[in-house]
Amino acid sequence: MIKLSMFQWVGLAIFFLGVFVIVPMMIVSTGRTDLFFTLTSVGLLAIASAGVWLTFYIGRINIGQGAFALLGAYVSAILVTKAGMSFWLSLPLAGLFAAFVAVLIGLPILRLRGVYFAMITLVLTQVFTLTALALPITNGAKGITSIPLPGAVSIFGLTLIPDFATLENPRQAFYFTTAILMVLTYAALYRIVNSRLGHLCRSMQQNEELASSIGVNISYIRILIFAISSFFGGIGGAMFGSIAQSVYPSSFQVADSVNFMLNCFLGGLGYVFGPMLGTLVLYFGWDLLFELGKYQMLVYSSLLIILMLFLPNGLLSLRMRKSGGQK
Amino acid sequence: MTSGPGCGAGAAETFGRDRMEQILANGVYLGAQYAMIALGLTLIFALMNVLNFAHGQMYVLGGFVTYTIYGQLGLPFVLALMMSCATLFILGALIEKFLFAPVIKRSSRDESTMLLAAGLAFFFDAVILLLFGEKQRGVPKIVNGVFNWDFRLIMPYDRILICVLAILSIVSFILFMQYSKTGRALRALAQDRTAAQLMGVNVDRFSMIGFALGAMLAGLVGGLLVTITGVNLGMGGPTSIKAFMMVMIGGAGVISGAIWGGIILGFMEAFGLAYLAQYGDITYLLIFVSLMIFLAIRPQGLMGKPWG
Repeated sequence: MIKLSMFQWVGLAIFFLGVFVIVPMMIVSTGRTDLFFTLTSVGLLAIASAGVWLTFYIGRINIGQGAFALLGAYVSAILVTKAGMSFWLSLPLAGLFAAFVAVLIGLPILRLRGVYFAMITLVLTQVFTLTALALPITNGAKGITSIPLPGAVSIFGLTLIPDFATLENPRQAFYFTTAILMVLTYAALYRIVNSRLGHLCRSMQQNEELASSIGVNISYIRILIFAISSFFGGIGGAMFGSIAQSVYPSSFQVADSVNFMLNCFLGGLGYVFGPMLGTLVLYFGWDLLFELGKYQMLVYSSLLIILMLFLPNGLLSLRMRKSGGQK
Repeated sequence: MTSGPGCGAGAAETFGRDRMEQILANGVYLGAQYAMIALGLTLIFALMNVLNFAHGQMYVLGGFVTYTIYGQLGLPFVLALMMSCATLFILGALIEKFLFAPVIKRSSRDESTMLLAAGLAFFFDAVILLLFGEKQRGVPKIVNGVFNWDFRLIMPYDRILICVLAILSIVSFILFMQYSKTGRALRALAQDRTAAQLMGVNVDRFSMIGFALGAMLAGLVGGLLVTITGVNLGMGGPTSIKAFMMVMIGGAGVISGAIWGGIILGFMEAFGLAYLAQYGDITYLLIFVSLMIFLAIRPQGLMGKPWG
């Protein structure tokens, strides 16, 4: 079992309190319900970024998460609209399907390393977008629209999840759903990192040959990690499609894949909560710069470059430097 | 990075789709221009281990310089081309000196430069948007007329000229790398950084020159192709992606590999457009699937060194 220090327990408690009580209360009291949507997006992107971070953990640069997010979004959308399935059932199925495809694609491409892997995953995103445009089931460039909101779930007459369409404020419901999913994702991530699997991953990150020579089944672990990573991507994408009630081939593109990677870099690759922080900073940074109009992109990219120039090891490396633990 | 690969380096417009001579000629034309794009990318990668995400944007920037000087100001095309090269050379040198070199020194992982390169790609996109807008821009033709061999092979003269110029540039680049002192220093640097330094190569200076050369090649292709395909903001991303594919086919960091990769992708695209167009936009899907199968058998590409 993982033992947390007193300090970590307090931090965790503050985090839960913030996400589930303080932030919703503040949003409701100020009446800015649009922030629910913004924060939901941050949460979903953070889930997908968590997957990217996990592939970083075995020393692979993954710029293909957009592909799996798109896949998840389409699987869920098709299951809900064409098969009439409940969204809550389609959500895990979307994740599992993304993981299954990741295994198929991962078998050949996970043999690649370094920039080769980065390049092929980048191409992968582009190919998924093109496939979505070409296939008949995805409805081409028109996409799948007017996806119904998630329905009710009840067991023995007891309503566990109410029908989102009947809710007064579905955005708030989406916010809480996403928050729970995000907490689960990062709990899983933390569990993986602090398990035997995590140790094996770290050994692979340092040197795959060495890890293999002391008996680590590297090909199995990298497929497993890539599948878990894509599962997160699929879940994030499926949720996104449900909130937007539509999926287009352009819902997740190369730029999104690059952004997932940037989130991880910005937060710092050595820290489990890095991608969450990175997503929050990048997303809100972009939103805050909206006032600048046509200079938004210019300022945003300049800030990215400057940040990289002064903090090449990520935001959370600031904390590390203070404690003098940097390698 | 919004549009599909079809709007990259003028792939979609080919003539006479059914004849083998035509397809081969289109393949040569596409291959020559692709090889030049891949050359710059692979040079930068070989020297600094940097995956230059902004390569496509550099190509677009080169196109816009030529557009401004040749299309807007009406100055000679050759001058415009030279200005494209010079602008990108200086830009590349500055980027290496003030951005990549410090980050490489300070960061604890090689991959951190990727974020920088991605930031640069966004930055260039923003600059191009502010300076030139989103519209598709074209320039007057440099040569008029169409070469027509009995309707078996139809090719406008300007395409032939650009193709010849591209091949000439590739040849002179190879000669430069083989025989000039700078070229030898760059090759030594690519082989082994430390050893090159011990042999008295000024590593910092030649890294800068190498990066600038890579950027210059991107600018040169941009300047050449603006006469045929025109140029627009959305071309950058897809061009980078194509360049990545070529580098993967040929093997990263190897000059002959980049050329092979360019030629192979050019021919695959020419054949794909000729035979697969009736089934919809699946050429790139098939190219990608075959790339994956190829890389499963040979992960280091055609010419790349195996790792370990």
